[in-house]
Amino acid sequence: MTTLDAPRTVTPQGYLLRQSRWRPIEVAFWLATLLPFWLFPTYLSLASQIAITGLFALSLDLILGYAGIVSLGHAAFFGIGAYTAGIFSKFVWGEPFSGLVVAAAVAGVVGYASSFIISRFRHLTLIMITLGLGLLLKEAANSAHWLTGGSDGLQGIDIWPVLGVFNFDLYGRTAYGYALGVLFVVFLFARRLINSPFGLALRGIRENFVRMPAIGADSHAHIRKVYTIAAIIAGIAGGLLAQTTQTVALEVLSFERSADVVVMLVLGGAGRLYGGLIGAMVYMIARDQFSGIAPQYWYFWIGALLVIVVMLLPNGILGGLSALLKRWRRR
Amino acid sequence: MNAVALSARGLHKSFGSLVVARDIDIDLPVGARYALIGPNGAGKTTLINLMTGLLTPNAGQIALGGEDVTALKPQARVKRGLARTFQINTLFAGLNPLESVTLAVCERRGIADRFWQNIAGNKDAIEEAYEILRKLKLGDACYQTTRELPYGRQRLLEIALALATKPKVLLLDEPAAGVPHEESGEIFEVVAGLSDDLTLLFIEHDMHVVFRFATHIIVLVGGAIFTQGSPAEIAADPGVREVYLGTRKHG
Repeated sequence: MTTLDAPRTVTPQGYLLRQSRWRPIEVAFWLATLLPFWLFPTYLSLASQIAITGLFALSLDLILGYAGIVSLGHAAFFGIGAYTAGIFSKFVWGEPFSGLVVAAAVAGVVGYASSFIISRFRHLTLIMITLGLGLLLKEAANSAHWLTGGSDGLQGIDIWPVLGVFNFDLYGRTAYGYALGVLFVVFLFARRLINSPFGLALRGIRENFVRMPAIGADSHAHIRKVYTIAAIIAGIAGGLLAQTTQTVALEVLSFERSADVVVMLVLGGAGRLYGGLIGAMVYMIARDQFSGIAPQYWYFWIGALLVIVVMLLPNGILGGLSALLKRWRRR
Repeated sequence: MNAVALSARGLHKSFGSLVVARDIDIDLPVGARYALIGPNGAGKTTLINLMTGLLTPNAGQIALGGEDVTALKPQARVKRGLARTFQINTLFAGLNPLESVTLAVCERRGIADRFWQNIAGNKDAIEEAYEILRKLKLGDACYQTTRELPYGRQRLLEIALALATKPKVLLLDEPAAGVPHEESGEIFEVVAGLSDDLTLLFIEHDMHVVFRFATHIIVLVGGAIFTQGSPAEIAADPGVREVYLGTRKHG
């Protein structure tokens, strides 16, 4: 019963260690994220948007891709983070890192509170609940005009230079560097989480919800925890957007943003650490290009892209690539 | 020797007018090897679901080592030493056996909520998981994705997952269900080789297996205990022959 992937020399511990080891392709990926500074200096604003959206998709991946919890209201936490960071800079001070910490904390508190509802439900009910909570929050932000600016957007955000040195410039150099740095640090955290006992428990919940209690696991506690963590990361992503664009529109809480991030994750490959990042990249670049070709109809092409990818590559772009790689290695 | 590991008192469960468990009293002595038999629909799996907390009884108590656990959730009962396997494979299809059993070990050790620690750093837990797999002859298959494992191996993994919780009482719901007759012996060899301290209750249809491995047999019919006794007593009981062996010819 030996398999090709499991030479007998590997100890069980060594096998698990190998799963979490950095691969050369990962190092190459992160080095490549630096290329836009030299190759596309006029596209750095887009690059920073991609980094922020990638971080948002990464947060969704933790709950949807790993724990199998479907949410259509994840923009709630992104929006809370964005508004918190914006309002914080307006009324307290403009130092960016402390603004992010506050954004993360507020999103985390709301995430923790709602996780008690989330952990009780599954499937369609859960989709409806997350959707409903997202809509509720958006209307609340809309009506709190005095605080959020409502449909006019939050104005008057002033962010100090990053580390007191790097001013936010028109080209988005600082924005991209800042967003990329934060993305990388949070990614390191997510990567560790995925390779932790907790990460394994999340995959257990996804693979078989019924078995979990039979091995003594409290799935609800796990779900509450990962939902809070995902909310915190989404809040950081939202905070980054507010800080780098120095404005917050009501759109940060919109259903479209919640739906888009699901689409990105599915495109890239849910349940894969890089799925959200690749999905965000493909989606945002495609949107940028398509909207250049046909400004009014770009959703048509996004739709086409989604249908084609899902039909041909059920596990997303990364799932397809890894299947190809496996086939190629077997030869 | 006479200490009771698991007991049920006056268990009653009905779905509407359908009574699936009727005043069931069972005592499992420590180290017992009990078989639970009965025709299809007799309520055998229902009884396991009631004992493990998947179903809530309408009346009656369940005690584990003398402690009333009737109000406890399934996972809390597992933590107190009551484990089960499933008649239909209920495995982590996308994980491999090593990951699955390591997860169960981590849950038992209370370290499954550690998100800051690399799983590979928990050498003890991983080695314990591998040792369980090795004993169940799953050592060489432990890196293969569960859904790709041969069916018989998956049945063994069912038992491995339960053992990883270090149970005091183990309820096996047809451990060899669906396994070809020639291979079912292998699975029961594993069951027979389990520690003597472990209290066992297993559901099984194959009477040869039941008579070979059980020290005591409980016959369940229509949600109630029809009779119970030693294998010799049950084999000699004409009533059992009629209700149980009789229906077996049809089904």
